Amino acid sequence: MSAPLTIPRWADVVLVPLVSVASAFLVAGLVVLFIGEDPLSVTRILLQGSLGSGEGLGFTLFYATNFIFTGLAVAVAFHAGLFNIGGEGQATLGGLGIALALLNLGFLPGFLLIPVGILAAAAFGAAWAFVPGYLQARRGSHIVITTIMFNWLATVLMVYLLGNVLRETGSMSLETRAFPEASHVPALHEFLGLFGVAIPTSQLNLTLLVALAACVAVWLLIYRSRLGFAIRTVGANPTAAAYAGISATRVTVIAMSVSGALAGGLAVNELMGYQHRLLLDFTAGYGFIGIAVALMGRAHPVGIVFASILFGMLYQGGAELAFEKPAITRDMIVVIGGVLILFAGALDGLFRRLVAGALTRRPRAVEA
Amino acid sequence: MDALSSVLVVLDSTLRLSIPLLCACLAGLWSERSGVVDIGLEGKLLAAAFAAGAAAHLTGSAWMGLLAGIGASVALALVHGFASITQRGNQIVSGVAINMLAAGLTATIGNAWYGQGGRTPPLEGAGRFEGVLLGHSALVYIALAMVPVTAFVLARTRFGLRLRAVGEKPAAVDTAGISVTALRYAAVVVAGVLCGLGGTYLAAALSAGFLPGMTAGRGFIALAALIFAKWRAWPALGACLLFGFLEAMSIRLQGVPLPGIGEVPVQAIQAMPYVITVLLLAGFGGRAIPPRAAGVPYVKER
Repeated sequence: MSAPLTIPRWADVVLVPLVSVASAFLVAGLVVLFIGEDPLSVTRILLQGSLGSGEGLGFTLFYATNFIFTGLAVAVAFHAGLFNIGGEGQATLGGLGIALALLNLGFLPGFLLIPVGILAAAAFGAAWAFVPGYLQARRGSHIVITTIMFNWLATVLMVYLLGNVLRETGSMSLETRAFPEASHVPALHEFLGLFGVAIPTSQLNLTLLVALAACVAVWLLIYRSRLGFAIRTVGANPTAAAYAGISATRVTVIAMSVSGALAGGLAVNELMGYQHRLLLDFTAGYGFIGIAVALMGRAHPVGIVFASILFGMLYQGGAELAFEKPAITRDMIVVIGGVLILFAGALDGLFRRLVAGALTRRPRAVEA
Repeated sequence: MDALSSVLVVLDSTLRLSIPLLCACLAGLWSERSGVVDIGLEGKLLAAAFAAGAAAHLTGSAWMGLLAGIGASVALALVHGFASITQRGNQIVSGVAINMLAAGLTATIGNAWYGQGGRTPPLEGAGRFEGVLLGHSALVYIALAMVPVTAFVLARTRFGLRLRAVGEKPAAVDTAGISVTALRYAAVVVAGVLCGLGGTYLAAALSAGFLPGMTAGRGFIALAALIFAKWRAWPALGACLLFGFLEAMSIRLQGVPLPGIGEVPVQAIQAMPYVITVLLLAGFGGRAIPPRAAGVPYVKER
């Protein structure tokens, strides 16, 4: 039972995630049936809404950008054997960093504002992850609990700041005034419009390119750098890492900081690419779905891109679905996320055994 | 007189607000003392609140609501048990999944059934738990009674000793010929029942019906209380009362200037449980050490 499973690599990387995704959708289909809707027509609306039009596709990729950032954030921590559930809080702080920088540094030359905003998001996100990382490495506090507490602290802090300090004067809603025009990350339809290419209008903006660059950077960091090797060694076997002279403290703190900086990317996409102001709860659960994305994508950037597109489709298709079928809300996506985390994460062993069993069992006809 | 009555009001709401925390905290205590980490307290509370709200509305009986609430919570607890005990999966991942499942399912089903943005219809009359003593409902006294019961069972019974041993050194318990799996499942189910109680209290006593996301992080504050109490029953009561008091104060002090201090931001009080937990875990002011085998799946052959 506890003998190591030998399944081919392609099965481990492709088949096992596919089986768990398929099973998760089966469960989601059952939920849809339970509330009295037809799973097939729901699937059709989902696909039509997310991929069926240029506009839909744009929104799908906009949401996918969010998931790439939060998925990468969880994945980098995973490689170091750390479970960072603090993506929500780190992205929230990233948003705060953006707001503080852009609202106070408006005097800078316009072309500097976007890089400054991105750096501020990364720095604030990293700082909010650094503290739990440091506390785990040096004081032995459990990173899961600390990051959960830091999520709530971030929420409370944001309510205070938006309510009392940063709120636009005279505004009733909890949001800041708009960021300077020059800091808006261009939407893709505007950008391509400059070159005479017309694509449908959507929230999709050039942050997508930043997200893809982050994927490459994470791949280089984890699989092609000395630090990445140290991170993976600590994650796989802390004792061996210690023998090899790798400082677990250093790796933990660095991996968490990188993870938090990546989570800050969510704030770049949402706030600099779309909302153009800081508002409450803009993280909207993307940080938690990032856990599902990382688990599904096997913590590899390529897998994460695929998983992010899938969740982007679910988000965009879910919005369309809510229009056409009032009985189904976007909360359905949270259900699918939860089932996926359960299947691809906690029940991973079960699915691997199932796949291994199916692969080693020879067809009866051959045996006879 | 006025000061006295406002003190009484605050104490009264302290008790009300600490009951859901207490149920979830004791649930976490049972589970983690047996070696199963439970991040999913929040999800179980939420599922129980929804089931209780729906069932109490359907049957018009708060007690049927309690039954449904416990049922829903235990069902999720068994999912967690299956993943973390039988399949030896990652207990934290499983807990996160439970929280998301509960948040998604309650909102989806609630919206599909009642179409009011996920909330259940308001509960009236026998659909709610009425005060039986000093204005508090039976659930309050049941929850409070669970403190000595938990303390006694864990400290003074054979079952409790074995349960604690499973959370510290499961191999020793296994060697003695006692099933680690059965003990851990028992603990997880008890946790489910307790969360069911807490969730039902939220929907059918503290409020009159279910609202999406009505647990509002109470499952995580309970987790904080559990750490604050260092995984012991009586201190858990103290921690939950303290955190309940903080919540009561943060409601009470909204916009009220304090003499000498001025107006305290509500958020400063709301942040206290989280800050306390972070400091305690970091070992400032008394180390909080979890059960030794907490979070580690038991593999027989090792």
